[in-house]
Amino acid sequence: MAKQKAPARKTAVSSRSRAPKAKPQEPLKKMVTVYIMGKSHRVPAEATIMGAIEYAGYQIKRGAGCREGFCGACATVYRLPGDYKIYTGLACTTLVQEGMWLSQLPVIPAQKPIYDIEKLRPDVTAFQVLYPEIFRCVACNTCTKACPQSLEVMDYIQAAIRGDIEKVMDLSFDCLSCGLCAIRCPAEIVHYNVGILGRRLYGRYLAPKSPELEKRLKEIREKKFEKEYRELMGMSREELKKRYYARDTE
Amino acid sequence: MYPEYMHESLKRVEETRPKRLELQRSGKPVFPPMTAEEREDVLNKFHPDYKKESRRTVRVGPNRGELITTEVADMLESHGRIKPDLFDLTKPDYETDILIVGGGGAGCAAAIIAMQNGSKSIISTKLRIGDANSMMSQGGMQAAVSPTDSPTRHYLDAIGGGHFDNKPDLVRALTEDGPEVVKWLEDLGVVWDKNPDHTMYVLHGGGTSRKRMHSCRDYTGAIIMRTLMDEVRNHPDKITVLEFMPTVELILDTKGRCAGGVLYNMETEEYFTVKAKATIIATGGYGRLHIRGFDTTNHYGATGDGLIMAYRAGAKLLYMDSVQYHPTGASFPEQIAGFLITEKIRGAGGQPINKFGELFVFPREPRDVESAAFIRECLERGNGIQTPSGRWGVWLDSPLIEIIQGSGYLYKNFPAMVRQFIRYQIDITKEPMLVYPSLHYQNGGIEINAKCETNVPGLYVAGEASGGVHGRNRLMGNSVLDYNVFGRRAGKYAAEYVKHVNLGKLTLEHVTAYENELKKAGIKTDRIAPVLLPSYTPEEVRKRQLTAHYEGTLR
Repeated sequence: MAKQKAPARKTAVSSRSRAPKAKPQEPLKKMVTVYIMGKSHRVPAEATIMGAIEYAGYQIKRGAGCREGFCGACATVYRLPGDYKIYTGLACTTLVQEGMWLSQLPVIPAQKPIYDIEKLRPDVTAFQVLYPEIFRCVACNTCTKACPQSLEVMDYIQAAIRGDIEKVMDLSFDCLSCGLCAIRCPAEIVHYNVGILGRRLYGRYLAPKSPELEKRLKEIREKKFEKEYRELMGMSREELKKRYYARDTE
Repeated sequence: MYPEYMHESLKRVEETRPKRLELQRSGKPVFPPMTAEEREDVLNKFHPDYKKESRRTVRVGPNRGELITTEVADMLESHGRIKPDLFDLTKPDYETDILIVGGGGAGCAAAIIAMQNGSKSIISTKLRIGDANSMMSQGGMQAAVSPTDSPTRHYLDAIGGGHFDNKPDLVRALTEDGPEVVKWLEDLGVVWDKNPDHTMYVLHGGGTSRKRMHSCRDYTGAIIMRTLMDEVRNHPDKITVLEFMPTVELILDTKGRCAGGVLYNMETEEYFTVKAKATIIATGGYGRLHIRGFDTTNHYGATGDGLIMAYRAGAKLLYMDSVQYHPTGASFPEQIAGFLITEKIRGAGGQPINKFGELFVFPREPRDVESAAFIRECLERGNGIQTPSGRWGVWLDSPLIEIIQGSGYLYKNFPAMVRQFIRYQIDITKEPMLVYPSLHYQNGGIEINAKCETNVPGLYVAGEASGGVHGRNRLMGNSVLDYNVFGRRAGKYAAEYVKHVNLGKLTLEHVTAYENELKKAGIKTDRIAPVLLPSYTPEEVRKRQLTAHYEGTLR
């Protein structure tokens, strides 16, 4: 599942200026040199990029959210010594490497069209109207390569072009909206917003509806539980305790 | 990759697995659930809340004289960020119907419902909209939908889990609105997990007597939050979102009604005033205060800002002596210490195991009980595993789930968890995770009623910032439900309220009065609140930062 994008960590000769001396208070920790927005810092070798930025003394305002790989606030781009490639990752879950030259992206400039979910059709027309630029996709797969979640981003854009909403939903489900796909795309597509639209269309129109849910809602509307609620709410602590510990479990 | 010295213990876990699998398949509890007395005993002895130094008496404000969590008491006894006399409140920078403080799940739900009830709102949020614990919930949302279940049974589970301290009208609201929330979210486009026969796919959580945990793989919060955010952004004419602009103080009118707030642009360091007929606090919890020095599962901005603002404005707090530690925070590797390992893992059959490969607790006790049992296993019995950095942990046997539910189940249902560990060469389909309790949830908060009203007119609270619904211990899946149920209710009732309110003169007098109270109580401190952001700057660096105070972003 997790495709290894950047080469495994290795010690490489830095092509940049000489690294400063290690901070004296950390004599035992293995340290590496990283370049945060071009400035060199010695940081613990085991640090995540976010940990390294904070270790270096920055108070992050933009560029940190959940810090656990769910919110997509910490999109980061970096290069490695002796390697022409641009790598992408989340600062909270990517480890530093010797000579890493990195910058966080404080925000991804991206438009989100306004729409009324109730007035859309769950087919290709929704994408044609709201995201016509997806039809410019040249299938270069750069978005997929940029995805820190290892999602098949290009495939869900292609699914959107075909109007295959279920596929858009399925392939984009774990998307964090970090925007690294959008910033790398030569066709200027905002993939993650396309994914959100696909998922919402699926949930609203195509997901099979639960018959049990409708039944339960009807029961609640008809106040079926009123009597039991009153009984429970009127119980003393001791009575409640007794009822609670005596209840059976599925 | 686990270090060499853990391999023997890992081998034991493997050796006992077939027997434990058999036990699991028998359908009986794999370990005897605790009686009421056993629960009380383990909590008293091992839950961090029950240590003497965990609580102290707060000396000012509406709860003066009460024992509350030490770090919260410290925060309440702090100076404000602003000097009230610098503000000309006769010329507010913004005017709106409802000021919503916080752009997480509760705030967004409130904004949508308020809009549908005819109210315009401003969402003031410290980070980006959606940067909230709501985004991070993995396991699911409780709602009594199955025919074998009922909202009243959900009520009983929630109130027992909360040690019978929950406010009954709030628990009723929570459990009775549950199924409606499932439907509301689906209509907005949330993709729930379903069974092949189209019924809802549900699992157990700790302390549930019926399977009622609805999920969206293990990205439940992310799917719900992004749907709500997307909907909020579809209405820019009715809902104004101000990001990186937290509210730092509430404004009242001369009749004591809440009338808006003072906002702080964290980037330009300007202050702005918002006049609003009603205000909804939806600021979430306080995990980033690192209570008792615990690691936390919480997002970067979870610093309890709403508590102090509301408290200075006269709102009462409830159950602020109770902290939730999630039993299964990651303990290894170091880089993800404290990260949430969803309770859904145990709901799907994952078992907590000690270093000898033995079960030592029923896997689905309520969270506080389960956490206390983990701590006992490590600290008293010495049956935990210690990490190279000195953290404790017990195993959470995830490979067992693959055997119970079938190969590929973890990839399909727990993609976030698989990803979290594979980055560190730990394949949770083959090896267990090492876990230890992690600071997770603010059980108490600002006291509300079922309309989300506080004792301050015009001030509403929804979600984790509120207190009463979960008593002194929240069950898994009831917080996602909470922010939806009470976010919606806050939006609805605030929108009703603003239709017939005429504000008087605006004032920040209460901020000055609170400052005087601190002085009168003889409290001398350099603490400032709201905290806004935690600081992870190393001590050595701080020493060199001679002209900056890293109390949040205050200079």
